[in-house]
Amino acid sequence: MELLAKESGGILIIRATQDRIDAAGAIQFKDRMRDLTQTSAARRVVLDMSNIAFLDSSGLGAVVAVLKALAPDRKLELSGLTPTVQKVFRLTRMDSIFLIHEAMPDGLRHAG
Amino acid sequence: MDASWTKLIVAGNTEAVRRALLHLLQGPPFAGLSPGLRSDAEIVLAEVLNNIVEHAYAASAGNIEIRVRRQVGGLACQIRDHGAPMPGLSLPDGAFQPLGAIADLPEGGFGWFLIRNTVEDLQYRREGGANRLSFLLPYEQSKS
Repeated sequence: MELLAKESGGILIIRATQDRIDAAGAIQFKDRMRDLTQTSAARRVVLDMSNIAFLDSSGLGAVVAVLKALAPDRKLELSGLTPTVQKVFRLTRMDSIFLIHEAMPDGLRHAG
Repeated sequence: MDASWTKLIVAGNTEAVRRALLHLLQGPPFAGLSPGLRSDAEIVLAEVLNNIVEHAYAASAGNIEIRVRRQVGGLACQIRDHGAPMPGLSLPDGAFQPLGAIADLPEGGFGWFLIRNTVEDLQYRREGGANRLSFLLPYEQSKS
């Protein structure tokens, strides 16, 4: 589970470099996200998921847990959902909960 | 036309399930499917297998047997394990949980909803100390 973080203009950008968030890695993902977000005061956290080809319900639960841990003062936004990940968010209607960017906003690329 | 079964035996842990999914999806009968159907297959199999790891094998260790083959209308899947039976000997209804305030969002319980939303002919029976689950992954996705 490799997550790279970079802060830019008050936004914490975290890029997942592995290709899945699944039952085997969900807890590690959650712990690592907690560590990274706790060492920053940025109110906006953007998770770049463009490398994540697959996410199961455990992975989705972990992403939701991060959102809940940051709320109410801080926000978790998502970027670059691949087709399978998009499908899981759409079916569970979690796409209505998260602010989802199609790609990393200009100027926020190349985290880490 | 019905083809022969592709069979795989997987240890009942999440690491083995991950490796099995990667292996299965790269070979027949999955390799030739459309990206959308492969993605449905991976989602459903991940949920089914990880449920077995988390619940059926919560207190014991064992293997999961997977059989898949092409059939008229879709991919037939049969999954067997020797772990604890489903509570009440029936499958969870997988009802959609309405999403409310962020603090109350569910962090789990999506699995059976995703499975039931995607497959057809879902059947479960407990037989000879084993759980047997079977379902069809339709080639044409009618639900969404």
